[in-house]
Amino acid sequence: MSNNYSRRSFLRTAGTVAAVGALPLTLVELAFAKAEDNFTFAYISDSHIQHIRGTKFVNNWDRGLIRAVAETNLISPKPDFVMFGGDLAQLGTKAELDHGAGMLGKLNGKLRCVMGEHDYYLDLGEYWSKLFGPQYYSFDHKGVHFVVLNSILTTDEWTYKRWPTGEQRMLEMAGLDNPNGSPFMVGEKQREWLAKDLAGIAKDTPLVVFSHSPIQKIYKGWNFWTDDAEQVQALLQPFSKVNVVYGHVHQIQYNQIGNISFNSVMATAWPWPYPQSYAQAEQYMPKLTIPMNRADPFFERDATGWQLIDVNTGRVALNYNLYSNRPRTVAFDPKLGHPVDKQFQAEATLQPNQTQY
Amino acid sequence: MKKEIVASGLAAVIGCALLAGASPARADEFTKQDVERWNQQFMQVVQKGRELWTSPALGKNGVVCGQCHPNAANSHPETYPKFQKQIGRVITLPEMINWCIRNPLEGVPLAVDSPEMTALVAYATYERRGVKLEPGKH
Repeated sequence: MSNNYSRRSFLRTAGTVAAVGALPLTLVELAFAKAEDNFTFAYISDSHIQHIRGTKFVNNWDRGLIRAVAETNLISPKPDFVMFGGDLAQLGTKAELDHGAGMLGKLNGKLRCVMGEHDYYLDLGEYWSKLFGPQYYSFDHKGVHFVVLNSILTTDEWTYKRWPTGEQRMLEMAGLDNPNGSPFMVGEKQREWLAKDLAGIAKDTPLVVFSHSPIQKIYKGWNFWTDDAEQVQALLQPFSKVNVVYGHVHQIQYNQIGNISFNSVMATAWPWPYPQSYAQAEQYMPKLTIPMNRADPFFERDATGWQLIDVNTGRVALNYNLYSNRPRTVAFDPKLGHPVDKQFQAEATLQPNQTQY
Repeated sequence: MKKEIVASGLAAVIGCALLAGASPARADEFTKQDVERWNQQFMQVVQKGRELWTSPALGKNGVVCGQCHPNAANSHPETYPKFQKQIGRVITLPEMINWCIRNPLEGVPLAVDSPEMTALVAYATYERRGVKLEPGKH
């Protein structure tokens, strides 16, 4: 493929980076027939910057984002832009968003952001929007149509009527497993916008959709879930090459539904267990997904790796660098028509999983 | 507590009597109300554990157990005691909880027999109910 040059030069850079430690970010490369159209972008997500008091923030989460930003700046060739995938803050305060924005401000190059629930539910995204702009939007870049959705909305009743204060609303939604939370949704207004936005786009244009929550239903109890996922998917299915890249889940997931490939990105803050590790849960983890081993808590950055993503002919391939675990590659397989883990395959051909401890 | 020990001791006696084929002793068997009370006592401690698991006051930096362990997932209480290679010896779940309180939560460890530790262990174990015991497993 025409991306070989770029990949080699990235890996060379990655070797240099490895000397100072690898990073939790996602580098996305889109490769096309004409080499001059090839480009990359980086993806950093879920930093959960958490205010303690005064000028003190949780050091562990700070280090994750600082590292991702520093190493993104080292990448050569330089990515065309950087995506931040949501949950910059833990409780959506100005202190947290300002502190996070300060760290993101050190990025060289254009930054675009996705709204996460931890950024939103204190003031319904008001301060976040002052810092980062619109909560949903689209843009075109070198022949690819990108869509950014705010997928963490929920019902009006829950949002506006149930909680006496924004602080309590934020705390209720911030607890991943809190039964007082509410299922995420894109909502009717935004779906109407999306339908209009896509109306003028040729059906063979590669589509890359960024959302915070998965636009598919995996486990409702932790909001690995978007309530109107099917309705959003229906708007995307007419396109021949659709990629949904999402954060929120802090772990590797991938799936294929019709024309839509789903891939998750890692968090910079901390990893989450797979829903199947919660013994009381009814969950629908995509059968395609080979889970990561559980993280080593004694290594703060474990399971917060970074990814190099190629989009060959409009389909994504994520190359995960997982620190002390073996790197993994999850790539769209055109013969099978869905993403496949290159090393950890389906059960019939499964290799022994990596060992962590 | 004393009453519970007496009750379980008597239950064992009744069990032995049944095994021996003798007529079952009926003295002081526990009632439905007893079971309800014991369960209620247990669930109160589980609930207290859930509160602590999600409480910013457990540590010193506002981080809560549930941030990394929603529903106590991946705390795998059924595998303790086990050799924790990072610590270099066999430890129990309360010792691992104290590691988490000291490190990600930047807090002060609990006494392992404190009501708070009992509550945290009760919650984590309750969320893992039904999973077979595998002490020593990684």
